[in-house]
Amino acid sequence: MKIHIKNGRLVDPINGVDAVIDIFIAAGRILAIGDAPDNFQANRVIDAQSLVVCPGLVDLSVRLREPGHEYKATLESEMEAAVAGGITSLACPPDTDPPLDEPGLVEMLKYRAKSLNLAHVYPIGALTQGLRGERLTEMAELNDAGCIVFGQSGVPLTSLRIMMQAMRYAATFGFSVWLRPQEASLAHDGVAHDGEIATRLGLPTIPVCAETVALSSIILLTRETGVHLHLCRLSTMEGIEMVRAARQQGLSITCDVAINHLHLSEMDIGFFDSNCHLMPPLRGMSDRGALRNGLLDGTIDAVCSDHAPVDEDAKLLPFGQAEVGATGVELLLPLTLKWGIEMHIPLIAVLAKITAAPARILGIDAGHLSLGTAADLCIFDLEQYWRVAASAIKSQGKNTPFLGMELPGKVKYTLVNGLVVYED
Amino acid sequence: MISRNPQLNRTGELQHLLTTEGLPATILLEILDTAESFVGVTERDVKKIPLLRGKSVFNLFFEPSTRTLTTFEIAAKRLSADVHNLNVAVSSQSKGETLLDTVNNLSAMDADMFVVRHLQSGAAHLIASHVQPDIHVINAGDGRHAHPTQALLDMFTIRRYKQDFRNLRVAIVGDILHSRVARSEIHALTTLGVPEVRVIAPKTLLPAKVERLGVHVYHDMVKGLKGVDVLMMLRLQNERMQGANLPSPEEYFKYYGLTQEKLSLAQPDAIVMHPGPLNRGVEIDSAVADGKQSVILSQVTFGIAVRMAVMSILAGN
Repeated sequence: MKIHIKNGRLVDPINGVDAVIDIFIAAGRILAIGDAPDNFQANRVIDAQSLVVCPGLVDLSVRLREPGHEYKATLESEMEAAVAGGITSLACPPDTDPPLDEPGLVEMLKYRAKSLNLAHVYPIGALTQGLRGERLTEMAELNDAGCIVFGQSGVPLTSLRIMMQAMRYAATFGFSVWLRPQEASLAHDGVAHDGEIATRLGLPTIPVCAETVALSSIILLTRETGVHLHLCRLSTMEGIEMVRAARQQGLSITCDVAINHLHLSEMDIGFFDSNCHLMPPLRGMSDRGALRNGLLDGTIDAVCSDHAPVDEDAKLLPFGQAEVGATGVELLLPLTLKWGIEMHIPLIAVLAKITAAPARILGIDAGHLSLGTAADLCIFDLEQYWRVAASAIKSQGKNTPFLGMELPGKVKYTLVNGLVVYED
Repeated sequence: MISRNPQLNRTGELQHLLTTEGLPATILLEILDTAESFVGVTERDVKKIPLLRGKSVFNLFFEPSTRTLTTFEIAAKRLSADVHNLNVAVSSQSKGETLLDTVNNLSAMDADMFVVRHLQSGAAHLIASHVQPDIHVINAGDGRHAHPTQALLDMFTIRRYKQDFRNLRVAIVGDILHSRVARSEIHALTTLGVPEVRVIAPKTLLPAKVERLGVHVYHDMVKGLKGVDVLMMLRLQNERMQGANLPSPEEYFKYYGLTQEKLSLAQPDAIVMHPGPLNRGVEIDSAVADGKQSVILSQVTFGIAVRMAVMSILAGN
């Protein structure tokens, strides 16, 4: 299959390209950029006039709900949703049922994902068996099966000794450890930020210190063990300050923020909107501002969707009982673009946050359009605004606080390994 | 997405009573005035009026309650409604039926009004946003969020004894953090023009940024009670008396329990209120609870008239 993408605005952060240039694809790889190679006979020509052509997006947190939660979503539905969102590589957290703590489970997931021939799937291995925080998993075996990083998803590690040893063991093999900082005893039974809104609505709270206290332990143990740490889903201004300070001291730390937290605050809960029941909780306006600025100045490396499809019944409950999470793969690009537009950031720098940066964090060769690399691309219309509606979302989960909003950026084509896997 | 106040209909009339927050003073006063006209009814020999004849009121209590349930039942019956009490905590919920399924099933039985109590904040809002437009929902207490009829009967009681809201100092004492009564009282008092609302509690029993609700925060009863016209004591739940919130009921009583001595710091004609049930010797001394400044039993009596008022206004809108 030979594809010629013509007249598109090629934006490639790693190669520093932002210009109208043609791309030529053959045998799943990028054969040429600019002029057509000799004797290139395209099987297909995609006219990308007035469209942006960029590396396929890399999403650091996509729950595919397999194994175990197929009633919420299936691998097929969520993989299709992901490519409809322009995502060509994704990391899936180990919070499945059973958790991804055995090589067999990981191999099965990789195999099932590969047979769909959509995006590349990178399972995040469980750091401890059953995510219970008691015994380490066979990280090296899991790595052989396809896990390249290890984490706990949202499940807290209550024992700092286990955390330290897990970091040490991971560092032995050079694996990075992904943790979401939240001290369980401080988060307790909370469901919302400890601020004015929770006070008004009478919702049990999760204080800011649940994040900062956890961060201080995690950062100190990172220093102790020398592991590479990736911090998932920062939510507070104070937390960002701590990460900034730790990085200035030379620690190997990266971090991400979820699309929801980049745009929303506790105010959006309104009259108990259960679509805003997220973890970490939506925090105050000053936290939101700090996240937006932290992403701009590089303290936060990447944006992820934190995709969590939830079936409708599980959201039709009182706020505190409603299941946590929001669907997101199809909103990653629009909401990151929206951030860039609102912050007046050049497109190339905006796209870096969902291509080059997450690829680097995940340690994969993706997120750039260099000659000879796999042709994973996203082609989208920057100018086209579309309304978020249940009917417009391919994911089985229709749960998002952004329902009804108009967002910029409509994906027109997604290519994985040189094949068109999505077309609007 | 809800773009308007979920408890008002398109013309700004009360469709549901979910919280006292965001309700205009005119609606609160309409309820109090209507309740005045029902106080006489409860003193008559024939205690029934036909305003809700032929209407079905379902008391949906997902959390155990005796007093509130009883007063709602009495109020509905005095308005001649058909009343059905459902102790949902031990029926359908334990069989796995969801909250909205329960409500839908009862709606199919031609319910006109739901009186809902639930342990989760926001439960009444959820139900109100999913029932048919001709069904009214009254929140009889949701989690820590709101208990509007309790606050309204408290306002009724205050007006009976103090006439004007606009020159009062009111102190709410106790477990503000977990109290739906306190939240609803604060919103009602500030809406009705009370110039100074105080909350008095240890820091472990106050929610974050409570001052944003328009109250002055005190941790010391001696300072907080000075010059107060109305004392609203809150019930301390048994499970919160010792543990992470408080060390012991004895220490709580010593520093935050209302005694005759502490009461003497308030205005000489100050009234003492409590939503019940009382923990004598924990948040309030028996001598005060039964003393001449206590209006606690009046609150219970007025509770029926206020709930009749709410039901009749909703049925008319």
